[in-house]
Amino acid sequence: MTKKSKKKLSEKSKPAVEVSKKQKAKMPKAKLKAEDKLKAKGKGKSESKSDTKGSVVKLLVGTRKGAWILKSDGRRKDWSYSKPILFGCDINHFVANPYNQKIMIIAAKTGHLGPTVYRSSDGGKTFTEASKPPAFPKSDDPKAKAVERVFCITPGHETEPGVWYAGTSPAGLFRSEDNGDTWAPVSGFNDNPMNAKWTEFGATPDGQFLHSVSIDPRDENHMYLGISIGGVFETTDQGGTWHPLNKGVEADFLPDATAEYGHDPHCIIISPKNPDRLYQQNHCGFYTIERPGDRWERVGLKMPKQIGDIGFPVITHPDDDKKAWVFPMDGTSVWPRTSPEGKPAVYGTKNAGKSWTRLDKGMPKDSAWWTVYRQGMTNDTQPELGIYFGTSSGEIWGTRNEGDSWNCFARHLPKIQSLSVCER
Amino acid sequence: MKVNIPSPIRSYTGNKAAVEGKGSTLKDVLGNLDTTYPGIVFRILDEHDRIRQHIKFYVNNDSATELSTPIKETDTFHIICALSGG
Repeated sequence: MTKKSKKKLSEKSKPAVEVSKKQKAKMPKAKLKAEDKLKAKGKGKSESKSDTKGSVVKLLVGTRKGAWILKSDGRRKDWSYSKPILFGCDINHFVANPYNQKIMIIAAKTGHLGPTVYRSSDGGKTFTEASKPPAFPKSDDPKAKAVERVFCITPGHETEPGVWYAGTSPAGLFRSEDNGDTWAPVSGFNDNPMNAKWTEFGATPDGQFLHSVSIDPRDENHMYLGISIGGVFETTDQGGTWHPLNKGVEADFLPDATAEYGHDPHCIIISPKNPDRLYQQNHCGFYTIERPGDRWERVGLKMPKQIGDIGFPVITHPDDDKKAWVFPMDGTSVWPRTSPEGKPAVYGTKNAGKSWTRLDKGMPKDSAWWTVYRQGMTNDTQPELGIYFGTSSGEIWGTRNEGDSWNCFARHLPKIQSLSVCER
Repeated sequence: MKVNIPSPIRSYTGNKAAVEGKGSTLKDVLGNLDTTYPGIVFRILDEHDRIRQHIKFYVNNDSATELSTPIKETDTFHIICALSGG
């Protein structure tokens, strides 16, 4: 049997998960109205933009109990729900390929079973399990790493259709060249002679994650990754060799606070507009770096002291690298990771962190102890930029004006672990 | 032999709660199971053939913790998801 025919056979025999036409017909038209007050305020502004009316914006929601697709038009006022996808599964990430949005990948596991990856080639109508999910090479060593969960999924460079990267827990990097059907370890990282040292500081209580893969849009060979706990690492030969990039980042929990690696980045992003700029939300503050510089600057210190600069997610504007948004959470004492004093807010900067604005209009004024995970905040690329975040208590909040006002348009979902946008 | 399949992996067996197994050890039986139902074994064993944390094996009424455990045609192989939820 040829390799090709073997793959096809195996793919066919894997269980597929489908939202059937019959099911769809039975679906309640769960149109979710935005809160009236905020809806009225948003009115006119977005409706006047005829270029947004024809758009379709989908939010791919990964939760502790399954995945959902929320759909709207360019006005992003009314959203409809899909049926649950992979209901009951623990979904760490749910992402569409920005260059071919029919292709979607879900990183899933259940409480009992091992981790795997599901893929759709019809825009989320059906999903099929990968025939070879991410896994470390087989070993007789009783201490050999085994993939506990696939944590992040990142589409490859525009010039490499079909390429995706996956980051796992424990920290491992994997690559697929067939839109997620088969995955191979990136040996240059996983088997790097330094890997054991880079990751020796171990795991967070939720495990050790390779949670961020950022690819330079100018060069498919140039990539960054982030490990919690381990640090930020860079390659310029598409994963063949790696070096730490952690200068300037604090690591007050390490024996040597100026260590070259062993840091705890929570989320790393690269600016699509200016790929020389990266942002990093870290256990020890919020940072930016401008390459080819090699030192991160803790710009989070410009945030109010009573709020602090600790959190999980960070996003940046697709057309302006100086604009970024974070969701600060309490990082004191035992690290509660909830909105400071129960008063949630997004903080935004328009000058790469030199100054920050509190953005909480529409959010509860108190008694809201929200947690937003590192993959739980995202943005679209509509003319009036939409920003969205999902909470561990199952709400999705959004803005169509870069954070000036917010409304909650989805409630009662399970714990939200990831949000991403798929739009056309 | 009869292999009892727990509900979380019945998506692989076409929703069958029990399937026919072949082999003289648990490892053989699982290998054959994966040929018939591709992907099922990676959900219960890791890439190094270690039994996943919340999976238990029984041959008839006896717990089996090694894949080399022998099994006979007349035995029943139970694959169990350790009971927990949340």
